[in-house]
Order: sequence, then C-alpha cells, then structure tokens
Amino acid sequence: MRTLAWAAFILGSMVFILPLFGMTEFSLSMRRGVYSLDAYASVLADPQFRATFMYSVVMALFTIAFGVLLVVPTAYWVRLRMPELRPVIEFITLLPLVIPAIVIVFGYIRLYNTSSFLPLTGSTTGTNILLMFGYATLALPYMYRAVDTGLRTIDVATLTEAAQSLGAGWGTILGRIILPNVLVAVLSGAFLTFAIVLGEFTMAALLNRPAFGPYLQIVGANKAYEPAALAVIAFGLTWACMALIQLVTRFQKHTRVAR
Amino acid sequence: MSQPNPVLRRLPLRWLGVAPFFAFAFLFLILPALYIVVGAFRAPDGSLTFDNVLGLNTRTIRNAYWVSIRVSFWSAILGCSIGFAMAAAVVFGGLPKAVRSPLLTFSGVASNFAGVPLAFAFIATIGPAGLITLWLRTEFGINLRAYGFNLFSSTGLIVTYLFFQVPLMILIITPALDGLKREWREAAEVLGATGPQYWRMVALPILFPSLLGTFALLFANSFGAVATAFALAGPQLNIAPILLFSQIRGDVLGSPGLGYALAFGMIVITGAANAIYIWLRARSERWLK
Repeated sequence: MRTLAWAAFILGSMVFILPLFGMTEFSLSMRRGVYSLDAYASVLADPQFRATFMYSVVMALFTIAFGVLLVVPTAYWVRLRMPELRPVIEFITLLPLVIPAIVIVFGYIRLYNTSSFLPLTGSTTGTNILLMFGYATLALPYMYRAVDTGLRTIDVATLTEAAQSLGAGWGTILGRIILPNVLVAVLSGAFLTFAIVLGEFTMAALLNRPAFGPYLQIVGANKAYEPAALAVIAFGLTWACMALIQLVTRFQKHTRVAR
Repeated sequence: MSQPNPVLRRLPLRWLGVAPFFAFAFLFLILPALYIVVGAFRAPDGSLTFDNVLGLNTRTIRNAYWVSIRVSFWSAILGCSIGFAMAAAVVFGGLPKAVRSPLLTFSGVASNFAGVPLAFAFIATIGPAGLITLWLRTEFGINLRAYGFNLFSSTGLIVTYLFFQVPLMILIITPALDGLKREWREAAEVLGATGPQYWRMVALPILFPSLLGTFALLFANSFGAVATAFALAGPQLNIAPILLFSQIRGDVLGSPGLGYALAFGMIVITGAANAIYIWLRARSERWLK
C-alpha cells in the first residue's frame, strides 16, 4: 500500500517537475557548453519587456483598486442588509468561470465599438478602461470569494451600529472600519488578481493593448532561449504572489491568537 | 411635518448599495454574453434566423469542435486520474505528513501557472529541441517524433494541459477524500468487507458526485483555454477557441454571424459542463461535511 502510494506520488510529481526542470535548464543554456544567464540578460535588456511589463503592472494595480471599490461595499451591503441576494450575487460572480474569456471580450468588441452607445474602443484611454473592466471581470470570482470569507469572520452588524452611534457616515464605516478588518482577505484577493492580470493574453491581444501576455507570445514565436527565461520569471512571479497570500493569511492567524 | 412612508423610502435606498455591482455585472459580463447569444440567432438585417448556427456544420468547424472536445476530454480524464492517485496517496497512502502541505501549496501555484509561459516550459522540455527529447535521443536512441509524438498537436496540448489540470484536481478532491469518515471504513470492515469491497460499495459511490463534478470542471477549464494553445501551436491549430480567436482578429470565416454562433457553441459546452459541476458539488456536500 505504502509502496503504491509512493509510486503514485513520485510518478505524478514528474508531471510538474520535468517541465519546470526542462524550462530552467533550457533558459540557462543559451551559451554553448556552459550554463549562463545570457537569456535573462537578453530578456531584461529588451525595452519592450520593460514597457509591456510596466503596462501590465499598472493595469493590475488599477484592476485591484477598482475590484476593491466594487466588491467590498457590495459584499458588505449584502451581508448587512440584503442577505436574500447572496445566491444571486454568488451566481453572477461565478459566471466568469463559465463563460470563456474569449467570448466575453468578443462581446466587448462588438458592444463597445466606435459606432455603439458607449464607444470605449474608440480611444486608447477608453480601451484601457475596457481592458481593466475585463480584468476585473476575470478576477471577480476570486476577489468576491476572498472578501466574502473575510467578512464572515467579523460581526458586520455590531461594528456598523457601533460606528453609526458614534456618528460615522457610510464612507467612514467602509473605509475605516470594514476595510481594515478584512484587509487580509482583500490582500489575498489582490495578489491573485495581480497574478491573473500579469499573465493574461486573450483580452489584451484582442483589444490590441501592449500588455505582457501578448509580448510573451511574440517572443515565443521569434526566439529560442528567451521564452524559457521568461517562463522561469513568470513562474517565479506566480510563486511570489501565492507566497504573499500564504504570508498575509498566516499573519492574520497570529493576530487572532494574540488577541 | 409628515414623515415619508418608511417602506417607500427604504426600498430604493437599500438597492442603491448593490446598484454599482449590478450595473457593472450587467454591462461587462451579462450584456456581452447576451449580445453574443442573440447575435448567433440574428441575420444581418436583424431578423431571427438559424442560419448562423446551422452554418457551424462545415468540415473545418466540426473538426475544430471535435478536436477541442477530445483534447478537453482526455486532459480531464488524465488530470482526474493522476490527481486522484496523488491525493489518495497523500490522504490514505501513509506518506509522511510533511509531504501533504507542500503538495497542496505547490498545487495552488501550478494551477495558476497557465497561459503563454506554460507553453514555453513544455517547448523547452519535450519540444523538438527540448531537454527530454534530446536526452531520450542521445542516451537511448528513442526518437519521440518517430513514435508519432508531436508537441504542436492535440496530443501535445493534452500533455501540456495536465500541468494545470492535475493540481486543480488535487486541490478539489483532497477535501472530499478527507471527508470520508474513518467510521465508515471501520463499519464496513466489521461487517466483513474487504478493502476493494469497501472502495467499490462505500467510498466510490460517496465520492462519485465529486469525481464526476470535478471532471466536468476540468473539461470546461481546458475547453475555454486559448493562450497556452495559441503560444504552443499558433493560429493554425484547429480547435474551437483558436478558430474564434482568428475569426475575431480578421474575418477568416467570411461571415460575422458565424463568429457569434461559434462563440455561442462554446458558451453552451462550457456552460453545460459547469452546470453539471455545480449540481454535483451540491449533491456531494451532503455527505462530505
């Protein structure tokens, strides 16, 4: 039984280990015969890399800000006043997992083109905003779940009443009472959003924005060793985001024990 | 001073709190999808028609859907089997406790490592000049190509998708396996059941909704994936999402109505798979609390 378990575990692990090993080895072998960081140097020296990477980082930050502004008040309000709406909202937040991203962006292109009621694709800023809305949609299932789970751990009604009896308005309640209390949950949603936006390809490519995902695809089609180096970098970034999620979650547990 | 009617006043104000969310979801999630669905049944002059959907019945499009369904099916089957074996090994197999938590953490990372970089990792490993391809050829004289393996084909796609399918399966099925109560096994043993009998008559029937539901989720997951396939094989690979991608970029199908129908077909397939998943998950939660 135990031998069988080890065999299953080790054989299964090959699915993960071999590609990771392969891409790392390949990314180091640009110079013949010796391992070197040439591929990384070449990637980092590419101004396109920096430009597209920065574009995606900025888009990710805007998406996170927008997502927090949209999701936190909604989840709060549903918990406080409209619990009967929970199944509906949960269903809506699951929809981006059901409808493929390519279909959503196809709808955007047809709905918000220059001759429509909201001609977002007509200008660069408009397209950037549309892309940010698209990213926010893709991140919605994760963001909403994270915030909703965070709200479950605090007593929303009591906190609200206490704040109101001290004379706080809605803005103060949300910004200074609720948000700090669910900050850890918001952060874990934010890091996941960051990871999603950074690697996203379909929406950015079809809306013709100079994001990191389409850049990766172009490099992959034209170069040999650089793509492997980029894959290693991308994997490292995914790890960093997940590690940060783990870290903030653990941080929260410690504060709770200390209380 | 007359007080305003409290019911009248409270109702609309209460809804104001969720209005931004509904406005956003309607404009950027529901309306685009609806527009595609309606577009699939609309002729250029605006009248109702089934021509677009019937137009899907060409060789290229039938093939694209068929390849997509096959790739999704096999990557889901293999992902489920390998993921289940690994999760079972960790939960019941007597592996040291230290293995479990790293595996789950790693699965969390790997299931999020999809898209273009994933394709690069596989090209560097089992592509024509990849590490393993070369190693097999020089050390053992095995030429993968001669055995009919080509990474830039549907087989290659199935193998590549395993990288996120297996961890997703592990993440979803491990809690279900944890939910199998020790008492059930003991009760079965007391009644004289052998190990295989316990699995066949107790554990698998309880796990069945979870297994089938996760299979449906994995199926939908790979059916909608574009980026990895596009980076792996480029626009010439004939699967449904890439056909749609090329259609949006430049009218390869020649008719915009056909693009709507193509997207509509994708919504139908991923929607059905997800509906099965949600329904079966609700059923399995009854047992695995």
